[in-house]
Amino acid sequence: MYAQMIKSEATQDDPEMLAAFQARIDAGEKIEPKDWMPEGYRKTLIRQIGQHAHSEIVGQLPEGNWITRAPTLERKANLLAKVQDEAGHGLYLYCAAETLGVSRDELTEMLLDGRMKYSSIFNYPTLTWADMGAVGWLVDGAAIMNQVPLQRTSYGPYARAMVRICKEESFHQRQGFHIMMAMVNGSDAQKRMAQDALNRFWYPALMMFGPSDKDSVHSTQSMAWKIKMNTNDELRQKFVDETVPQAEYLGLTVPDENLRWNEETGHYDFSEPDWSEFFDVISGNGPCNTDRLNARQKAWDDGAWVREAMVAHAEKKRARKLAAE
Amino acid sequence: MSTSKEWPLWEVFIRGQHGMSHRHVGSLHAADAEHAIRNARDVYTRRNEGVSIWVVEAAQITASSPSEKGPLYEPARDKVYRHPTFYDIPEEVGKM
Repeated sequence: MYAQMIKSEATQDDPEMLAAFQARIDAGEKIEPKDWMPEGYRKTLIRQIGQHAHSEIVGQLPEGNWITRAPTLERKANLLAKVQDEAGHGLYLYCAAETLGVSRDELTEMLLDGRMKYSSIFNYPTLTWADMGAVGWLVDGAAIMNQVPLQRTSYGPYARAMVRICKEESFHQRQGFHIMMAMVNGSDAQKRMAQDALNRFWYPALMMFGPSDKDSVHSTQSMAWKIKMNTNDELRQKFVDETVPQAEYLGLTVPDENLRWNEETGHYDFSEPDWSEFFDVISGNGPCNTDRLNARQKAWDDGAWVREAMVAHAEKKRARKLAAE
Repeated sequence: MSTSKEWPLWEVFIRGQHGMSHRHVGSLHAADAEHAIRNARDVYTRRNEGVSIWVVEAAQITASSPSEKGPLYEPARDKVYRHPTFYDIPEEVGKM
């Protein structure tokens, strides 16, 4: 998902405290920043929320790429609003992570030096305007699938951030689908662009949910702590079941020869993505990893003087106010 | 990496249009109060959520401690007579 392959940190706390903590979670209580929590819970959450936040911020890049080239003023305003939302979502999540005792600058540094990751999906290029449709429809669609259950996560600040994000996110998916509808009702060339975008984004979207449950070794602890609410395969299946009829509505073909409705299970059977590609992309070798991190590094470096000037200005104003008193 | 110090954290409170009091909506970083209001406007009112913003530097907030939960809140638990339903009033008296 936006947080993929989050390794649960081992915990070496007092067994009685741990049992009491687990009992609170099992009873559906929210854990708040000043409450006692196992070190592993705290560290796993920092990694997960941080990766989620980084994904929102880096996720602005593939779409920001098309703002100046949107086909109409209306589409441009829509896309601009969506990208601005992603910035906001990143900020809500950074603030949630900071309540766990990590600073904003530390989080940024960990992204830039590679200690923290962001979702694999943002390492794919957005080559045509139809990709804006596919990203909104599929990528935001997949994100919503994960984020809706996270509104019930055990950590209060994370759950509250998810509530705000979910409220805002549904417009993202709908604007993407709206773009796809316009494309498939356009010229033959536009239809081909829409199909091409689906072809390129289908498997990367499936990868967003993370490796198959049989290879996902970190789930058990995170699910007990209610910081992961569903398994990767459950969410992936749900995504496929919801998305295939939408593709049919658009008259587009999902690029999977094995895709078929299974009467017995009541779900679609489908091909797994190429997991070697996923591991390659997440370890830094996707088509755009270098570009994305360079863009973040440049923004951080170019913004340094602004951050410093704002502090200097605030200090000057404070000194003047004191002198006047 | 820059060595500049981080902007302080501010807690943001927004009052909506329908007469409710200001409500905590989240936090953000800003160099000073004026900057915090400006950022809060961008981050927390993109969809008409409010008509008034308060910002408070997070370091200025004093919070009760979770370990005081018992002594602070338990005494209220057995005072059911503070609720109207504690008092049985005969039906013939009418609505009260």
